[in-house]
Amino acid sequence: MIAVVDYRAGNLTSVVKALRALGVDPVVTADPAALRTAEKIILPGVGHFAATERLFQSGMAAAIQQRVAQGALFLGICVGLQWIFRGSTEAPAISGLNVFPETCERFPNSVKSPHVGWNSLDLVRPSRLLDGLEPSTHVYFTHSYRAPAVNATVAVTNYAGNFSAAVEEGNWMAVQFHPEKSGPAGLKILKNFLDLPNLDLPNPELSAC
Amino acid sequence: MLTRRIIACLDVTAGRVVKGVQFIGLRDAGDPAELAARHVEGGADEIVFLDITATHEGRDTLLHAVQRTAERIFVPLTVGGGIRTLEDATRVFDAGADKISLNSAAITHPGLIEEIGARFGAQAVVVAIDARRNSPANPAPVAPELAEVFIGGGRKATGRRVLDWAREAEQRGAGEILLTSMDADGTRNGFDCELTAAVSRAVQIPVIASGGAGTVDHFVQVFTAGHADAALAASIFHYSVTDARTLKQQLAAHGLPMRLPC
Repeated sequence: MIAVVDYRAGNLTSVVKALRALGVDPVVTADPAALRTAEKIILPGVGHFAATERLFQSGMAAAIQQRVAQGALFLGICVGLQWIFRGSTEAPAISGLNVFPETCERFPNSVKSPHVGWNSLDLVRPSRLLDGLEPSTHVYFTHSYRAPAVNATVAVTNYAGNFSAAVEEGNWMAVQFHPEKSGPAGLKILKNFLDLPNLDLPNPELSAC
Repeated sequence: MLTRRIIACLDVTAGRVVKGVQFIGLRDAGDPAELAARHVEGGADEIVFLDITATHEGRDTLLHAVQRTAERIFVPLTVGGGIRTLEDATRVFDAGADKISLNSAAITHPGLIEEIGARFGAQAVVVAIDARRNSPANPAPVAPELAEVFIGGGRKATGRRVLDWAREAEQRGAGEILLTSMDADGTRNGFDCELTAAVSRAVQIPVIASGGAGTVDHFVQVFTAGHADAALAASIFHYSVTDARTLKQQLAAHGLPMRLPC
């Protein structure tokens, strides 16, 4: 089962439509129990970092962490990428998942913000998610905060310096851009994620016996 | 490098695409979903639907067109016209729009910008400004600083200055400004670069220039002298005068960063 996490941050319709166009019918859910049965978990999100607080309050964050530790694959999009970092200066009081210990920061005043439009990916490491993309592929961004380039970064994009456009470490994958809005290249990235093999995951109903 | 965007705009009324000259004299140009898909195949970076009559009867037809379009195109889709409440915006987002554009309602209820931004993110709120520098009484254009905001499809003067309103919209959390020159709209005589540059300098958010596109040079001018982040055009694409890909190749040859191949 492919779960799309609904935490009332922005608009899930576009992600769901793109997945359907790829032949997948995802389950849109805010239920931690449903997330504990997912093979793949997609966390979209546009808007304010503060909205991610609901993920902890609702128990979804713990469910995601547990399920990904069991072998489920995670794909964060936009704020979904920022959330798996330590946090963001957009909402300093709210913690991220801290898969990566760095903090997201706002673009400097020297450039227009939000960073809106098609910018190019500079592929810096081999990646399952970005496999098969042409060099300098353009993808669609819209955001005011960015994660720094880290060891897990597989693609950077330059806008007032390089930032993490895509990260990948173990079962954790995330992109700052919107693959669902990035034309054929974006659909290719989503398809790469959907095509990754599902590991033999425990079934919670059975293991509870 | 961040590219300059070429946006295809579809003026929609009663479920059909039309394009008027200076807001009047409409001509039928086809089915919105069909045309949107054709523009994306032709290389457009984004699609904008403007519901130019925005009647109650036309609303459901428009939402249906948005739905059909969003199933076919995977580039950003903006919908404007007739959005007066958070509920109106929610219906448009649920149909598959990525951004909404507010025009008259943002002037009469500026709090709507914050309200929709809080729910869907500031990046999803475009504030559209219809600007006028000419008037029948005074055919010589006034300075950009004196340009006036019009609402109600260009029929009603507001007494607001364009630059002040653009700054306020930014402060209230708009993600982008869509600036239409009423003087240039539909003429194919070129964008109002002077006004676009003034707005672009006044705000830190991206500015989309609209109104007057006719030739490749017009786009070069609005991206250089006009400092536009994106340019929007309608009739130049609808009647296949050119497609976005050809236009973008020509702009790239002028040294402008473009999404190519597309």
